[in-house]
Amino acid sequence: MALLSINDLVKSFGGIRAVRDVSVQIQPNTISSIIGPNGAGKTTLFNLLTGIYKPDSGTITFNGKSLIGMRPDQVNAAGIARTFQSIRLFPNMTVLENVMVGMHTRLNVSLVQTLLRTPGFREQEDHVRQKSNDLLRFVGLAGKGDEISRNLPYGDQRRVEIARALASDPKLILLDEPTAGMNPNESDAATALFRRIRDEKGITVVLIEHDMRVVMGISEHITVLDFGKKIAEGTPQDIRSNPHVIEAYLGRRAAGTAEQAAEGEQV
Amino acid sequence: MATTTSPQSGGIAATLRDLFANKVTATAIAVGYIVVTGLLLFSLDQRSLWFPIANMCVFPLFILSPVIILGIPMDGRLKSGILLALMVVVLPFIGIVNTTYLELAIQISIFAGLALGLNIVVGFAGLLDLGYVAFFAVGAYLWASFTSPADTIFTVNGWGVPAWAFYVFLFIAVGLAALVGILLGLPVLRLRGDYLAIVTLGFGEMIRILARNADSPINLTNGSQGLHNIGRPDTWFGLREISVGLADTFNIRMENPDTVARQLMFYFLALIILGVIMLLARRLENSAIGRAWTAIREDEVAAIAMGVPLVRMKLLAFATGASFAGAIGVLYAAKQTFIDPSSFLLLQSIQILAMVIVGGIGGIRGVLLGAMIVTLLDLHVLTNFSLQVNALRNVNFVVPIINWPITNWPAQLEPAKYQPLVFGLILVLMMLFRPAGLLPEKRRKLELLERKEQGGDIGEITEMTVTEPHTTNPIVSEDDGKANR
Repeated sequence: MALLSINDLVKSFGGIRAVRDVSVQIQPNTISSIIGPNGAGKTTLFNLLTGIYKPDSGTITFNGKSLIGMRPDQVNAAGIARTFQSIRLFPNMTVLENVMVGMHTRLNVSLVQTLLRTPGFREQEDHVRQKSNDLLRFVGLAGKGDEISRNLPYGDQRRVEIARALASDPKLILLDEPTAGMNPNESDAATALFRRIRDEKGITVVLIEHDMRVVMGISEHITVLDFGKKIAEGTPQDIRSNPHVIEAYLGRRAAGTAEQAAEGEQV
Repeated sequence: MATTTSPQSGGIAATLRDLFANKVTATAIAVGYIVVTGLLLFSLDQRSLWFPIANMCVFPLFILSPVIILGIPMDGRLKSGILLALMVVVLPFIGIVNTTYLELAIQISIFAGLALGLNIVVGFAGLLDLGYVAFFAVGAYLWASFTSPADTIFTVNGWGVPAWAFYVFLFIAVGLAALVGILLGLPVLRLRGDYLAIVTLGFGEMIRILARNADSPINLTNGSQGLHNIGRPDTWFGLREISVGLADTFNIRMENPDTVARQLMFYFLALIILGVIMLLARRLENSAIGRAWTAIREDEVAAIAMGVPLVRMKLLAFATGASFAGAIGVLYAAKQTFIDPSSFLLLQSIQILAMVIVGGIGGIRGVLLGAMIVTLLDLHVLTNFSLQVNALRNVNFVVPIINWPITNWPAQLEPAKYQPLVFGLILVLMMLFRPAGLLPEKRRKLELLERKEQGGDIGEITEMTVTEPHTTNPIVSEDDGKANR
């Protein structure tokens, strides 16, 4: 059974139909990608999934439960964590504090316990600190916990965002262009990290990505959006040779030549 | 020395930091500071012509010592020891000698408590609340309406409460103010920034106007006449004896030992409440709740996407801040024994906000300093300046060198009347030169820096204005539905 099942999702902003009848199934323990040209509705789809936008119609079922009408924090509590296309760390908090905030839904946040500093409260604080440090080590930022997060280099900020998302113990993590602006070495390291998230933590990964090297290298399943519509899905092999995809990315004529080339290959 | 007297307090702070690097010298300097300013205060001659101006300068120096002690690195136990000695022994003794000092200390403690409460809302959670005085009013009216001999619904029906109930009502006020905070917060907290400020301002005024009009058909507040002879808790056993004993031993003339003893009690009460508020504020700051508040302040969308329940955490900040104000309201009503709607003007809210901003928004020590500065300016500095001018006028003083008779000082230019002007000037200067406050909190300083950087980058701004309405409004509408469930 699919971990996340999106069916006939529709979202319009005024006259612009940003997402039209999109259906995607995400299988547990996989790494999938959502690709498409700029403005194809990929990030809108993430925002619909995480409750930041409300869909006009359609269903989203996660782990057997409907996510429609849930607030973003409830979606997070249900087990979906995300990162943002433009990094949205809490810029003036330390790296460690950022990750600690990510754990919020997994904590018993009691005003009384906080005010009284009960042993339970202290235990929990120690646990939060411990676990956040572990996560920072996992993403390769050991020892950087006390730095103010906006002072970190760009690539490290991306890692902090991932650690923060992992802090809520999600079943599914949505990464919005996680390798944008990285050089090939950095994006290779990032790709390795995404694999480890799945392999070591058992978390299902969904990426929005433009870097085809990353997408083709890591994805088990790819969904292609264009103008809010799903135009193709399948394995990297399927997608690479799909004429609709090539058309969306390169234009009709290119699609024609590619098709011929593909036919020629087959012969 | 030239650098320390320059108006750039950054210079002072830097110099002090060097001096206080060493724990031993720091402790010595702190103790020396208390002793010198304390002795100076004692040596003032009340009959001297220049007493008001000397008083104006020396008392603020002395009363600043707790903030200085809090800020220097020294052994924790020693620090609390010195603080305790200062607050429990030295200040009360000075208060017995001159009760106006005691009154000032009480006022400072009350306003510092209010400022710390507002700091939770504005400083921690980043919600600009311009109607904070409303919660203060709730606490004050709660206690007043149950104890004033004015014919309120409670006293008419014989529901008046005895003096000891004061201590119970402190807690009831905490609950009631928190409840009012939540009720006001629920519809309001979906707004942010300037809009929130305007609506809270309106709510503050609503509470005041409600107080003015809630005398019929049910008399809760006695309307614009206000509530008089509000009940006071009984003076603690032994305070009178101790103060009389001290006065006899040191040959101090006390006008009225009962008043002095009662003021001493209110001083200690205010101090205890302030201490509790400081403790709780610090605990909130260093907790999951405090982190969630900071996260909301820094980036609401990211915070809610990371699982921070926006409305609940904002309500919590609103309710906590309100509850502190409620407790202090009870104390204030009991101390003043008279309140009316004009005790809770918008200007009060702004004054409390000014304390938070002047001292350093977000930081507990900074807010304490801000409360001291603003309260002293309001009740001590300008008043004494006026007194000095009048004293000089009475002896036909002529300013030497320029040969200007002080009697020429126009009565319209009475210094005490400058208060709003001086306030405004200070706020403008603060915003220009130290926007993060006199004792800025580290994170706030960074935030201001960031804002400055963004101000220079046009691309960043346009991106923000474009994305903001889309990303925030849906959250808002959903919170609404959930909150009403």
